Amino acid sequence: MDILQLLISGIANGCIYGLLALGFVLIYKATEAVNFAQGDMLMLGAFLGITVINSNYMDMPFLAGLIAAAVVMGIFGYLLDRLVLRGIFGQPQFAMVILTIALGFLLRFFAGVTWGYDPISLQSPFAGRILELGGLTIPMVDAVIIVATVLLTTSLYFFFARTRLGVAMQACSQNQMAAYYMGIPVKRVNAIVWALSGVVAAISGVLFAAKGAIEPSTGLIFGIKAFAAAVIGGLGSLPGALAGGLLVGVVEPFASRYLPSGFGPIAPYALMLMVLVLRPGGLFAQIKQKKV
Amino acid sequence: MRVIFKNSYDNDINLFEDRVHLLKYAVLLLTALVMPWVISAYYVGELTSVLIWSLAGLGLMLIAGHTGQVSLGHAAFMAIGAFSHLALMLRGWPFVPALIASGVITGLAGALIARPLGRMSGIYLAIATLALSIIIEDVAIVATPITGGIAGLFAPPIEFFGLMIDRNATPRAFYYLCLTVLIIVTLGYANLLRSPTGRSFLAVRDSEVSARALGVNVPRAKTVSFALSCAITGLAGALYAHQAQAVNYESFLVLISITLLLQVVVGGLGSMHGAFFGAFVVVLLPQIISMARSFINTNTPFNLGAYPGMDTAVFALIILLMIIYEPRGIYGIWIRLRTWLELFPLYRKGMFRRTRTYLKTERMR
Repeated sequence: MDILQLLISGIANGCIYGLLALGFVLIYKATEAVNFAQGDMLMLGAFLGITVINSNYMDMPFLAGLIAAAVVMGIFGYLLDRLVLRGIFGQPQFAMVILTIALGFLLRFFAGVTWGYDPISLQSPFAGRILELGGLTIPMVDAVIIVATVLLTTSLYFFFARTRLGVAMQACSQNQMAAYYMGIPVKRVNAIVWALSGVVAAISGVLFAAKGAIEPSTGLIFGIKAFAAAVIGGLGSLPGALAGGLLVGVVEPFASRYLPSGFGPIAPYALMLMVLVLRPGGLFAQIKQKKV
Repeated sequence: MRVIFKNSYDNDINLFEDRVHLLKYAVLLLTALVMPWVISAYYVGELTSVLIWSLAGLGLMLIAGHTGQVSLGHAAFMAIGAFSHLALMLRGWPFVPALIASGVITGLAGALIARPLGRMSGIYLAIATLALSIIIEDVAIVATPITGGIAGLFAPPIEFFGLMIDRNATPRAFYYLCLTVLIIVTLGYANLLRSPTGRSFLAVRDSEVSARALGVNVPRAKTVSFALSCAITGLAGALYAHQAQAVNYESFLVLISITLLLQVVVGGLGSMHGAFFGAFVVVLLPQIISMARSFINTNTPFNLGAYPGMDTAVFALIILLMIIYEPRGIYGIWIRLRTWLELFPLYRKGMFRRTRTYLKTERMR
């Protein structure tokens, strides 16, 4: 029973990692860029959620607040692409890495100045409520997170596999020039992807803030962990991101419980290194031999 | 505009193009030697920091700028260098053998890690090294016999042929020590770049496939480059330990790795000068910002509060603008300026235009 309980909390944590990893994968799948500021976008989304939902700020109902935060972050993502990232369109992949790292620093600074450096948590309607399931006690928050993650992942999966826009996004990443020749407005598609990842960041941020407190530097460490999750799953695969997130989330509590102290925090990264060494493309690898 | 007549094949690979070139660096060296006698002890300390970060930047430049393997985890190798150096010195080794040993140990660690990591490329490598940097933080706590655990290690004073060198008591002597190490490494680096090994690094950077076609042993080149790069960074870590006087697991956080990469980028990726320019920016920027803030607060009606993290934010903003407008960094700006001066009326706007690449994936599904 103890193990099961640990497993459930691991899965709930893993879902958050998975959600954040989804953001990475979205961007990667559509623009072949890696957004190192994704964790900070989550942090920003969480703070926005706190601003609109908490009673000492704007005091909106939870669902309305979630939607408001998602919309604002979506617009933020769109504008980010239009105003900043467009400047390096056509530059090597590495430029985007540096740019988003710098962006992360700026977002953290902005959040610190706006909301302060003390941890704040979200006042959610399901705080403190518990589901009893055959002897297991599951916090309501965890259940909501798990359901939301599964819903979001499946809908994004079908979005990429079935809709016109989703397929266009995949085309853009596979060959920009060819996609452009086929009449896909590549730049606009990129902007839409960034908006979408902003929305995902806001949703995962609000869910995260409902579970635990948030502060400006949350995004960095959390982002790196989610990154490990995305890589374990294989960047570029949506189910892979979720699987990687779950794996990291589950490994973490077990490692800190059963391994000698000090090795717990290393476990996710050690796992990632192992996966990278054994299967350089991740578990759901999509990379084949490089062509000239 | 100077024209250099080349009458021997060696002219192409000489360290200095001609006398003028040599003279410039002689003046630079002289300035570096005289500097500690001109400025106050505090700024000697800052300048020493610049030297140490230049050394660390050189290490990263070798792997990121000249071999094209972006590493986001070089603080880990600084940590290995620092801890091994201090651990040896505390066990009674003299300074110089301990420093050399720390370089060798870090180099070996780098070579060991390079084998599995060498199979990855691009973003995956960056992430793997990032993970390495995080792991080292925790390893530094766990490996107590070597690293001193959570408390860390304190740097013993350096005894050098009867001369005591200490960061606080004799800042100038410590400055010269760092300068000596930096000059030796820089000369070695410059020589490496004109050797077949160095050329093979450049080939690997430009295209792994064509390097292999030309007979370069790509995994070997990557391993050697990684080992040398880590060794240099390890030396920087050892000197940093003396500069900081004490190191523990918190001295080499992931943020240092990231800052180191940003330093190399802001200086100019793919040029040795870039490591130095970047170090100047990283070390002196906080100074400049605090000076600018006190200037604004006293001389204008505006009053800027002391926001924590202001200098990192400004640094990030500089990086942001740099990546968008001049990806070749400060060195790129310098080259453009120099060309403009040399060609004075003939300089044209498009001379350094970047070519755009269109994205093609390596993913097949």
